[in-house]
Amino acid sequence: MSTPRALRQSFALRAGSAGFLALWCLIAAFPIFWIAVMSFKTPVDAFAANPLDVILGPETRARGHGLSLLDILVGVAVLWLTARLALRNLGGWVQRFSPPGLIALGWVLGAVVFGLGFVAVFLGLLPTVLGALNALAGPLGVPVIGLSTEHYVAVWAENAFYSNFLNSLLVTTGVVTVSLTVGTLAGYGLARSGSALAFWILIIALVFRALPHSVLVAGYLPVFINSAEILRPILGENAPTLYGQPLAVIAVLVSINQPFTIWMLRSFFQSIPAELDEAARVDGCTHFQAFRWVIMPVMWPGVITTGLFSFLLAYNDFLVTSLLLDAQNQTMVPAIAGYFNRETTTTDQVEAVAAAVSITAPLFLLVMVFQRQIVSGLTAGAVKG
Amino acid sequence: MKFRTFAAFVGPSVFLMLLFIAAPLTSVFLQSFQLTQPVLERVEVETCTPGFVTQTCVTEIKTRPLLDEAGNIRTTTEWVGGLSYARVLQLGKVGEAIAAGAWGDILSIDFWKALRFTLTFTLITLPLVIGLGLAIALAVNNAAKAIRGQIIFVSLLPFIITPVIGALSIRWLFIGDGIMTAGLEWWLARDISMFAQGWTIELLMLFYRVWHVAPFAFVIFYAGLQTVNQDTLESAIIDGASRWERLRYVIVPHLMPLIVFVALIHLMDSYRVFEEIVGFSSQAHVISLQWLTYDFLQPDDAGNRAIGRASASAMLTMVGIVILLIPLLRRTWRDHRGA
Repeated sequence: MSTPRALRQSFALRAGSAGFLALWCLIAAFPIFWIAVMSFKTPVDAFAANPLDVILGPETRARGHGLSLLDILVGVAVLWLTARLALRNLGGWVQRFSPPGLIALGWVLGAVVFGLGFVAVFLGLLPTVLGALNALAGPLGVPVIGLSTEHYVAVWAENAFYSNFLNSLLVTTGVVTVSLTVGTLAGYGLARSGSALAFWILIIALVFRALPHSVLVAGYLPVFINSAEILRPILGENAPTLYGQPLAVIAVLVSINQPFTIWMLRSFFQSIPAELDEAARVDGCTHFQAFRWVIMPVMWPGVITTGLFSFLLAYNDFLVTSLLLDAQNQTMVPAIAGYFNRETTTTDQVEAVAAAVSITAPLFLLVMVFQRQIVSGLTAGAVKG
Repeated sequence: MKFRTFAAFVGPSVFLMLLFIAAPLTSVFLQSFQLTQPVLERVEVETCTPGFVTQTCVTEIKTRPLLDEAGNIRTTTEWVGGLSYARVLQLGKVGEAIAAGAWGDILSIDFWKALRFTLTFTLITLPLVIGLGLAIALAVNNAAKAIRGQIIFVSLLPFIITPVIGALSIRWLFIGDGIMTAGLEWWLARDISMFAQGWTIELLMLFYRVWHVAPFAFVIFYAGLQTVNQDTLESAIIDGASRWERLRYVIVPHLMPLIVFVALIHLMDSYRVFEEIVGFSSQAHVISLQWLTYDFLQPDDAGNRAIGRASASAMLTMVGIVILLIPLLRRTWRDHRGA
């Protein structure tokens, strides 16, 4: 296909556009790439003024933590093989071994097993094998890049970051499930009803979407702290104190997220032709049956996309979780504030970097797997205008 | 759809929004006129220290909080009218500053300092985000099809990252003698410390916010670019429109609804600026409205939370967002009524 001459671009324009794009990609990825590099070095290297020192890590290497050329080659090969297996074969295995009807569960289980297998091979088996090989390999086995995982060990094992991780897992799972259940019902109702009431609910939801979260938290906090006394007349002696309860935070985050969720799901439901549920109604379905058995099966892409955004909101939240949860129920993001506020030594700082990278890694995987859904979700809200 | 079915579908969601958004709003409104403080009593205390011949005794009057049976500090709540608002706004000081002609002094009051930063932050980032988003969208649209997927992947990273972590990752590049600071020092041949004064921190915050939100604008504009009418473009070419004129008179008007949408979302989000303050630890120099409320809500050294003042500043924050949003809300209103 040849472009018409009038649309052809001058060399300067094409070079400028490509250069700009390259610059943007660099700026977009650099800070994230850099903290990932820093997290594997000793403090002296991580905060060195010379970028080469940060990448190569002479100090880390001197302390006996390093990768040889052989390590790098084998590591890259294993990573590549894993990616290939995940993309080509994992789907087939899941299809084959999961019982019919439970394919979603099969995917979750398959991903977990695959992830654990990868961790076992990459972090368990590989270092031992390569340690032996390096001794035999001569010049190829000499460390060239300093790399140490001591900060990750410190963060996850010694500082019990895994408990924050489990709290995050609990809160995000709760928020995504509840928010989708409530949101799909409301989104469907709003999309199929042309009444003035539906319109008003949407406008008010838009105003609620704009509220700063601190305004709302100022309302929750006194009630949550004193909830045991307030609820005692109704619930009796075992009235709970809501402050510090993950379940209360789930309810709060779900509600804060509702306006966004119903707007997005409504626009997805609107893209499904109304004839579909009319046909189901003619065949004798109630509204709810039509929703459950006819509309939901074709709505999965929209639900997954909205779920991703609920996940991001719950996972990334700092304000609500840091004010409404106490120390033992803290999620990952507020917990990291403890690190960089402490910051007494540079080791603390690098541990904070390692914790930050640990929080970012799942998000990175998420974009890799769900890029298409995220893009479609971003545009779904906008394109209807 | 009958009203009953509609109510059954929408009910749970509306209930949650009423319970956790509308109800707290009313309670914040009421709290902002109340003051909760510990009940204090004044007691005469005699302290004696052993001395030669006789003891030395001192009697003094001390104020201490009253305790109830369970040993908790007793508190009272009373209606104080606009006292909390007055404490947050400090209009007296503002009046003095204006009378003395010292406008800068107003910015030493927390609320006005926060308001100044929040507004400048919102208004400066808005055109930058839209401009950069549009530029990236045009450049990606111009790039080879094979690499677009990878570029979108890389571009999504700043958008998806946890805001506090994103701010931290930029901060770590500049902190102390971090590589960026070292690079700048080498380039400008002078000593630089990015976190010693307010304006450099603000620059980093602006940079962070644009970095964080531009991908969102980009993805939306990029989707819009796919639906530009090719015939209109061709006729513009035949009419002799230059590349710039085509952009100005065909593409931008086509994207206008999307630009309004991005502006609406961005206004809402950047008015809530908060994570930057935490990530850059800038509370000593720069604070935002939402951070002010957050700070009032944090327990102080005695374990008290300034709920009254927090509510007052929260209400004032809300007034601000409503004023900012009115023009855009009216537009959405008209569009929906028209449709």
